[in-house]
Amino acid sequence: MSTSGADKIGRKRKITTAMLLLPATAWYAVLLLMPLVFIIVFSFGERGPAGGYVPAFTLENYMNLPTRSKAFFNTMTLAPIGTIACLLIAFPLAYYLALVVKKRYRNLLLVLVIVPFWTSLLVRTYAWIFILSGQGLPKLLGMFGLEGIRMINTPGAVLIGIIYIYLPLMVFPIYVSLEKLDTRLLEASSDLGAPPFRTFLQVTLPLSIPGIATGSMMVFILLMGEFIIPQMLGGGKVYFIGNALVDVFLQSRNWPFGAAFAATLVAIMLFTITVYMRFMAKLSGGREDVSVM
Amino acid sequence: MKFYALFVYVFLYLPIGLVIFFSFNAGKYALDFQGFSIRWYAKALSNPFIMEALWVSIKVAFISAILSTVFGTMAALALQRLKGWKRTFYDSLIYISITIPGIVIAISTLIALVTLFDFINPYLAFLAPLFDGTAPKLSLGYISLIAAHSLFTMSLVVVILRARLSGMDRTLIEASEDLYAPPFRTFIQITLPQLAPAIFAAFLLSFTFSFDDFIISFFVAGPNTTLPVYIFSSIRRGITPEVNVIGTVVLLASLILLFAAQILSNIGKTPKTRSSNK
Repeated sequence: MSTSGADKIGRKRKITTAMLLLPATAWYAVLLLMPLVFIIVFSFGERGPAGGYVPAFTLENYMNLPTRSKAFFNTMTLAPIGTIACLLIAFPLAYYLALVVKKRYRNLLLVLVIVPFWTSLLVRTYAWIFILSGQGLPKLLGMFGLEGIRMINTPGAVLIGIIYIYLPLMVFPIYVSLEKLDTRLLEASSDLGAPPFRTFLQVTLPLSIPGIATGSMMVFILLMGEFIIPQMLGGGKVYFIGNALVDVFLQSRNWPFGAAFAATLVAIMLFTITVYMRFMAKLSGGREDVSVM
Repeated sequence: MKFYALFVYVFLYLPIGLVIFFSFNAGKYALDFQGFSIRWYAKALSNPFIMEALWVSIKVAFISAILSTVFGTMAALALQRLKGWKRTFYDSLIYISITIPGIVIAISTLIALVTLFDFINPYLAFLAPLFDGTAPKLSLGYISLIAAHSLFTMSLVVVILRARLSGMDRTLIEASEDLYAPPFRTFIQITLPQLAPAIFAAFLLSFTFSFDDFIISFFVAGPNTTLPVYIFSSIRRGITPEVNVIGTVVLLASLILLFAAQILSNIGKTPKTRSSNK
């Protein structure tokens, strides 16, 4: 008698759980899974005479990807360079925030790093068009005799944009791992006569590797799919995979080719994430993960 | 070290400061400062295209934030109870929807919806006699835009609420159950009040994301123009102080929402968790 009562409660719980998940499931099915299935199916199809998609099964779209190799090249050079640049600039700041600055100011300074990340990406990128275009920094440099320096629409401009936009995302995880660091270890190291630089190399740096790895990974993943920064600061000259994707879809109206682009981008990203997860699992041995949320 | 930190903060805030500063330019050209004036604010306020875009942005952000908060909270509550492959399945969906590039989401949603509409519309045409000769027709617009925005923000809500749920005191819920409160009553009287600040913070972040989004709106909005899409097309025509005005308004709007969210997510947290979270 009592078991059937428990069964009833169990079934009721199951129904409630299913009902609670229903809207989310519908959303994911229609707006995430269905579009991704479309992309995969389309990537094996053929372009119709007026654009769009004609059902077929061909690998031609994937074979044609090398014709746009410049987009892959730009992405695969500027994304790692941008990530490393962010890391080099972010690490000293994270170190300062976690270990040097007075506790009183720490939270305020930390919030000041995060805030720009949550404000309009478009406006922040646009601010750099403003600075790097002919009337901005080049004009200022012109007053000091450095005439004719072109900044906007160069790889350098895209790199500055990347650093500017993604710096906060790199600072935060490094800060978290440095803040957790047991300062007694640093004291022990110096008590044993290690010079500060050696303490940094042998204690601080190894212990901050989880934060460095998380920050680098997040920045790198987001950079691979970047669209706005190259679009606005690269002016069609320095373009990423995302920009080529848009061009193929909207300008050439070649949906199957664009779909092959998108599928390849997602595949590269999933591969990178998997490698990263393996690496992290090995590194931390099941330790709690560092997250931005 | 101190100077280095100062330099990084200047680097982070100078561009934003310049946009705000030049929005008060009296002159006609964006970078040629002719004196302090709010005339471009007046001009932007009386530009019907800008006001229309602002209104579209607010409507879309509000509705998509409501949807994603309600559905995301429901999902977060349910996911606590799931185990095994089902749990892994939903975790991967949340994970994929957050990490996949916005540009891929935008374009795949666009082609999926357009293809789907092309497939359904001929069938809807048969219904024409029921609607005085004009058949209902599915097309891109508010609904597709709101749906696409709420996909990403829903995952965001789930992540935020799950973090909150896992840090929540279970003993109160158990006490309520021991005292024979029905599950729904326990939810309303115990769980919901504890979750409320996190729910509201998640709502504000969803609103901010939708309000700031450019890529998805650019592809999925159909004939509607949101404020970021308007900014993007104005920049193509050339930079004027008017663009700086809209940029300033957008920046300030997200700043205000952000601080509200930050304050709310700290309410009700124990002092110990306060600084470590976010």
